[in-house]
This record gives sequence, structure tokens and C-alpha cells, in this order.
Amino acid sequence: MSTVELGMPSLPNGLRGVPAATEPQNRKEYVSDQEVRWCPGCGDYAVLAAFQGFLPELGIKRENVAIVSGIGCSSRFPYYLSTYGMHSIHGRAPAIATGLATARPDLSVWVVTGDGDALSIGGNHLIHTLRRNVNLKILLFNNRIYGLTKGQYSPTSEPGKVTKSTPMGSVDNPFNPVSLALGAEATFVARTVDSDRKHLTSVLRAAAEHRGTAFVEIYQNCPIFNDNAFEAFKDPETRDDAIIPLVHGEPIRFGTDGRLGVVRDGFASLAVKEIADLPNGEADLVVHDAHTEDPAYAFALSRLTDGGVLHRAPVGVFRSVEHPAYDDMVRQQISTAQEAQGPGDLQALVTGSDTWTVN
Amino acid sequence: MNRTVTIEVKQLDRVVIRFAGDSGDGMQLTGDRFTAETASFGNDLSTLPNFPAEIRAPAGTLPGVSSFQLHFADHDILTPGDAPDVLIAMNPAALKANLKDVPRGATLIVDTADFTARNLKRIGYDENPLETGELDAYHVIALNLTGMTVESVKEFGLTRKDASRAKNMYALGLVSWLFQRPVESTITFLETKFAGKPDIRDANIAAFRAGYNFGETAEEFSVRYEVKPASMPTGTYRNISGNLALAYGLVAGAQRAGLPLVLGAYPITPASDVLHELSKLKRFNVTTIQAEDEIAGVGAALGASFGGALGVTTSSGPGISLKSETIGLGVMLELPLVVCDIQRAGPSTGMPTKTEQADLLQVMFGRNGEAPLPVLAAQSPADCFAIAIEAARIAITYRTPVIVLSDGYLANGSEPWQIPAVDELPAIEPNFTLEPNATGDDGAPKYLPYLRDPETLARAWAVPGTPGLDHRIGGLEKEDKTGNISYDPANHDLMIRTRQAKVDAVARSIPPVEVDDPDGTAKVLVLGWGSTYGPIGAGVRRVRRVGGKVAQAHLRHLNPFPDNLGDVLRSYDKVLVPEMNLGQLALLLRSKYLVDVVSYAQVRGMPLGAAELAEVIGNLVEETAGIDDDARHLGAAAAAVKHGEALADQNGHGHLKEGAR
Repeated sequence: MSTVELGMPSLPNGLRGVPAATEPQNRKEYVSDQEVRWCPGCGDYAVLAAFQGFLPELGIKRENVAIVSGIGCSSRFPYYLSTYGMHSIHGRAPAIATGLATARPDLSVWVVTGDGDALSIGGNHLIHTLRRNVNLKILLFNNRIYGLTKGQYSPTSEPGKVTKSTPMGSVDNPFNPVSLALGAEATFVARTVDSDRKHLTSVLRAAAEHRGTAFVEIYQNCPIFNDNAFEAFKDPETRDDAIIPLVHGEPIRFGTDGRLGVVRDGFASLAVKEIADLPNGEADLVVHDAHTEDPAYAFALSRLTDGGVLHRAPVGVFRSVEHPAYDDMVRQQISTAQEAQGPGDLQALVTGSDTWTVN
Repeated sequence: MNRTVTIEVKQLDRVVIRFAGDSGDGMQLTGDRFTAETASFGNDLSTLPNFPAEIRAPAGTLPGVSSFQLHFADHDILTPGDAPDVLIAMNPAALKANLKDVPRGATLIVDTADFTARNLKRIGYDENPLETGELDAYHVIALNLTGMTVESVKEFGLTRKDASRAKNMYALGLVSWLFQRPVESTITFLETKFAGKPDIRDANIAAFRAGYNFGETAEEFSVRYEVKPASMPTGTYRNISGNLALAYGLVAGAQRAGLPLVLGAYPITPASDVLHELSKLKRFNVTTIQAEDEIAGVGAALGASFGGALGVTTSSGPGISLKSETIGLGVMLELPLVVCDIQRAGPSTGMPTKTEQADLLQVMFGRNGEAPLPVLAAQSPADCFAIAIEAARIAITYRTPVIVLSDGYLANGSEPWQIPAVDELPAIEPNFTLEPNATGDDGAPKYLPYLRDPETLARAWAVPGTPGLDHRIGGLEKEDKTGNISYDPANHDLMIRTRQAKVDAVARSIPPVEVDDPDGTAKVLVLGWGSTYGPIGAGVRRVRRVGGKVAQAHLRHLNPFPDNLGDVLRSYDKVLVPEMNLGQLALLLRSKYLVDVVSYAQVRGMPLGAAELAEVIGNLVEETAGIDDDARHLGAAAAAVKHGEALADQNGHGHLKEGAR
């Protein structure tokens, strides 16, 4: 008889402190009894299915998963998972999740948000959560439009976008969410696409395994108000030239027949070139290193994303570096104080050092 | 040097002293030390720090003047005093800015070092007021304190600038001599504070001692004063400020509930000291998160409460405005949350370092929809401790956000506090739900997050990590019991009424409002809330002292009101409601009880004065008795009780007592 370990595999760093499941789990256990109410064809369905399928793989107790969302179509997400969840208020999920994750090291905390929720009304909380590196995972469903309020332009809509609130076209310059996250020095930054379940799942797994804040932008189609915004990434005719795949340790090469690649181009910049035009061919390509400490490299990668209508963008893990997590350090200070000074003596505290007695 | 004149010791029963100088002169520290000496001596005391928002306004200017007033007595007192008996002015601006508050006959101790023509002109004096005779009505002691300080520390080889910075300690030493304060604690304090800077430490101690010895030897002083210890109930005491008491009360509340405390806060005057204090108390399982903004502060607190901690956020009015939406979410989620509003003068940025109580209606109603929550208010600096524990009790027991109102006056003011035995503080029971609390249609056990305790109407609270009780909550309207999203009209009406009924139910757990009506024949009741407790009490004592009959009551619970409040209001002919706003409690009382209370509103950024209240109360007592305007005398007489008695009155009558509580 071989010595196969029947227990669950040991948990990755990102889940340290979370109790492991004692028995294998399946997808159905994570499906709640609530009727899903997104529009037919919404990209959210695919993300939900992938997430429900992926959670059992983590090997943690279901009751130790907590999902916090803000307001918007995607923020209905927690209702559809049989975990602990909070559907909070517009833009504030990262702040609420910060308190939860800091108070409870035994929880796997996820934030589900959208482009309006995270980048417009909640932009401040997003960047500060990222810079602190709180151990929580942020899934930003980017459909480049306001869906729940019926079709106004969002902070990721392309310039010139004609919507209900911009009949002559939007004059706003949009955010590139990955660039923004890297500007905040996020320690884990990735992008994936709703329709590619395999890639989506692999990115979710990498995010869960990361200790600190993981930021995942998910290109998500809104069939009602912004249909086909990511069509270039889905159409078999165009997708090979559209998706710049980021695979750690491999040259960044893509396009039909692998004819394109990413090379260094001037000061701190990268560019897409035809490999045939390169002096040394494939040897000139950048080998992707997600562990590069300086966020400037990942930032340069993020700038290969089209600013307007999307025809091309890098997809995968841009950056994954190990930094101390905020909540770990906060708890460490409490432990240090208790070790140095003993558990607090409330009577001694309120009494203080300057007292007098009346007899 | 030996004296040629012996020193006389005069007995006083109370003294009001004010230290004033540039905001960089260390007047708050000087006041704190004098307070500590006075507390350890056993006097009753009450303090009023008063400082500009600018950290270092231009030196020598009127806006840059910072002051600290202390009232101490051999009997129990309620206020920091209306007017100083002694003013210590460290420069011309401090003299000019404070002189209007100082009654004639009072003592002025003035540092003459900065009384140059240029400095005087800068603040509008054409001539030196110390030489023109315009201060003849005061007992002026003009000394070159800075010069004497520099002389006293020359052995330490400091620059003149560094040496002169010890002048506040020289002044403190002199005043400590004048009032026979014990000095050991200040020397110990200086040794600790400047332990790492021996030169500065030694210079400050030398200056302090030199100031004390100057009083002993100088001919300027022929009289010292003695204020005997107050007779107070048996026990051990300390001095405590409102913000420190609030921080300790929050810790005590969390400890009595057995919950970790998580504070989410953004720095704001005058609340920041609560964040500072709590950040030192990590060994009590206290987490402090200095958030990126006010909204994130309350968000982190609410997230921690969702996780089973006691979430707390502390702020002032502008910050509370920003937190409103999240507090509303807390009302909907029905989770414990303690929100402390250390009020300051508004609206908008207002006067950040000045006090006010104009956030009452904001915290009562400043949320969208019907979003009721309990509101409490501390009545004195030390009461901040008890009110914080009460807030924790209500928040945890009823699963609701609770607002605690304090204000700048309570936050920074201090008073002696009889230290409680913490084991005797009320225990708080979180009563977490650990097992399914219902049975589903299929006969299987299930958890209903909005199933309620029939007595308190508190919902069943299961925290993440509890097996089998996973659930989702949010800001959308809930279905009764299940907590599922519901747009059903009847259910919405039910839930709105249930949340209101839950807050109303808190009234069953609070004591009735107590009325102080000595012989039960008063026709006028004075009803206050919050930090006006001291001034109202002092005003009431003065009216009684001149023969007026008046009842007094004070509210610590503002929502819900104590059950007997309506009966109390209706049992008096007139109810006077003094407030530092334009009548916010008065509005609530009128609408709820249909009693036409008399509002007395002053919004000056300063505490109400005892004398002004005595006059208002006295006039109302006579008006209620049918006495015509021109025949009234009670108010004027009450206001004149204990007014401007000169400390320097060499006939030495001392002061009238304010009367027993």
C-alpha cells in the first residue's frame, strides 16, 4: 500500500491562520438558496460559476469564508454563495473588509466590486487598502459602464463614450485599473477575462495563495449597456492578437503564429513588436518576472493596455511580491505588547500613577 | 536673602487661576502640572483649557494666545469658574487677550520681558499698560520672569533661547509657592519627561525651584494662600480628562463583554486624543486602525463588529457627517457599533478647538430613511468613563449602533474621579448564536439571523466562523426573521417599526431621570444634557443660596428618553432648557411631550457661565411666581453670589461657598 496522504493539503501562505476543511467539499455546497438575478447573458454568471467551483479547492472551512461587496450589479455576488457575506454600501467594501480581516485572522476575506464601486465612489479606500497590503482579495468586475443605474459612463469607459449621461460623448480620461493598483504599489495585481474559466480560476487561485492584498481585474461583459466591450478578447479571429499572456518565467510572446512579442523600448517602457523585425528574434523578448520588486516593470506592462476601445491588453499576473501584510503586523504589535507588558490589568490602568486617598 | 517681612497665610475656600501665554509657551503643560499638584493635594477641581487651532500662531499675537484655567476649592465645585482670581500673563498679548475676563481686584502676575515698544504696538498698545495706570484696579505683580529664568539656569550653558523656554516652569514654581502646592510630583514629572535630555531636564527643574524660592524670598509677596483639601466621599481618587475617561471606558466596556476592541478613526480635533490613548492599550486586545478617512474609520469598525469584535469609531461633527451612511448600514445590519462624537463648534469646520453641543439633531436624525439609534451624552469629564460602558452595553445587548456625545469642554477639561472597582462594573453578555435557532419546512435545523429576543428585540448574532450558520446581510431591506432581501410593502413597514421598537425598548433598561428638588416645592425645573451639567448645577446653587426654589435634572440618555421624563416635565410650571445650540433638546421635548419648555441658547464656543445661568434661572423663578419685571431681584442677586471677590483683598474674607450639592 502506498502512503497517500488522505488529509487536505497544507494551506498556502495566503490562507495561513484559516482552519482547513476536514472533509473534501464540492461546488454545490457553496451555492446558496437565493435565486440569481443578473440579466441573461451577464458576464457575472461565468465569474460566479468559476468562483463557486474554485472555492472548494482551497480546502478551508466554508464558514471561514467571508465575502464583502459594495453596490452595483456585481455586488450582489455574496448573496449567491453559502458563505458569510455582507452586501455593504457604495464604495466602502475595502474599508469594511479591512476591519474584518484585521479582527479575524481565521477568515479568508474577499471583496467583490465593480469599476464604479471601486474606482469612482470608493477610489480612496481601494488605493489605501492596496498600499497597506491587508490580507484580503479584491475582485474588480470591470464592464466599463454603470449597469445598475442603467447605463451611465464609468471611470473606465473609453473617451468619447456616448451614454445616457454623455449624449455628446464622454470627455473623461479613464483609469487603467491595473496601472492604478500598481501606482498604489499593490503586491499582487492580475487581470483575467470572464469567459476564460480556466485562466480565471488560475488567477483566483494565485490570488488566494498570496499573503496581502490581491487585486484582480476581471473583464466582464455587460450585454445590456456595453455589449461586446471585450469582444476582441473573445472572437477567435482576433483574440490571439488581443491577449498578451503573462506567464511568469516565459518570454512574452503572442499573436497569430506567435509573431508578436514584448520588448524593452526606451526609458522604463515596453512595446509590442513583430518578432521578425527584432535583431535577435525571440531572444530580444522580455521574460516575464512577476516577482520584480520595482513596480515600474509591471506598470510598463500595464501601459500596453489600449486606452480607448480595447483591442489589446496583457492578461495574467502582472506582479506578485512578498511584503508584510498590514493585519499581520497589527496583530503582531498586540502580541508583542502583551508579551512585554503582560495582559492588560484594567484596575491598574484606570487607577494610573497619580492618586490620593480620602479617608 | 532673608525676608524683612514675615509672610502671612490667608485661608481661601476657592480660587480660579488662569495661565496664559503664547501657544508655544507651554501653557497647557503648565496648567496640567498645576492641576496634578492640586489634585494630589486633595482639592476638588475643574479645568478649562482654551487654545487656538493653529499649532504655532505667530509669536506675540492675540490669535496665538493659549490659556488654561483651573478652579480649585475646599468643597465640591462644578465648573472651571466664570472669572479668574489670578491671571498669569507671559507676554503682552496674553494680558490683552485675557484682561476682559478678569474682574477688578484680581491679581495679575505679568512677565515683563516682552513688554517692548515694538511688541506692544503690534497688539495695539500705544503705551505700556504696566506704566499708564490703567491696571490700577488690579493687584499687579510685574516681574521679569524670563530674565530671572535665564539667570537661574545659566550654569547649564544653554543658549538664551533654550534657557528662556523654561520660563513656564519658573512661573509654575512661583504660583506653586503662592498657593502652597506640593511640588514633588512636578519634579518627578520633569525627570521622566526629559530623561533623555539631561541639560533640559536640569534647567527645567532648576527654573521650577528658582520660581518657588523667589516667592519665598521676594518682597513682592507678603501673603501666601491656603485652600484646604475638599471633603469628598471616602475612596481613592485621580484626576482625569474626558477623552482619557472615554478611552478607558471603551476598554472597560469591551473587557466586561469579553470582546476585542477595534477602533477605526481618522484624526480630528478634539477627538484625536481618544485614538492616541487607545493606541497605547494594545495589551488589552485593543486594535487601532488610523483609517484613510472618516468613512473608512467607521467602515473598519463595522467590519470588525461583523467579525464579532466591539467596533468603535471616534470623531467630531464634520466626521460624523461623513460617517452617516455607514452608521445607517449599521442600523440595517443590526450590529454593535459605538460612535463617539466629541462635538466642536460648527457648522462646517467651525471653530475646531471650541466647544458646542449642536450635533444632537444630527446624530438623532442625520441619516436617510427611518434610522433610529440610541444616543447618550456624558455630563462631566469623569462621566465619559461610565457613559462609554453604557454605550457598549446597549450596543452589544441590542445589536445597534450607539452614539456617545461628548464635547471639546469635556474632552480636554478634567476633574477628580473616584476610581471604580472594575470588577464591580456591569458585565455585558454578547450572547452569540452558536446553534441553529429554527427549523425549516423540511424539518432541518436552520439559522434565522433576524429572529429576535422577545424582551430586547435584539436579533440573533452569529459571527463568521460559526459552522452551519453562514448567512448574508446587507443594506437592502430584510425579510423579517430570514434576513433575505425583501421589497414586500407590509414587511418593510413591519421592519421599520421593529427597528424603532427595539431602540424604544432600551428605555426599559435605563434608570428614571432623577430630579433634585430639595423640598419638593419648586415650580421651575432646569433640565440639561451633556457638558452643561456643571454650569447649570452651579447656577442652581446660587439661586437657592439667595432663597430661590428651583429643581434640577440632567439627561444622560437622549434616545430613548427615560420613561418618566414626560411626567417630570408636566409636574413643573416652567421647564428651562439651557443648551449650547439654538434649542435642539427643547425641540425634541416639545415635539415628543407637547410641553412648551423655555429654551436658553448660547452658542459662543465656550461653556455656559454659572453667573449668567443663575440670573436666567432667578428671573424665570420670579416670573413664574408672577413677579413683574421691574420688581425682580432674584436673578441679579444670584448672579452676584460669589462674583469677583478679589484674591488680593488684603482684608482676607475669602470667598462665599457655592453651597452644597
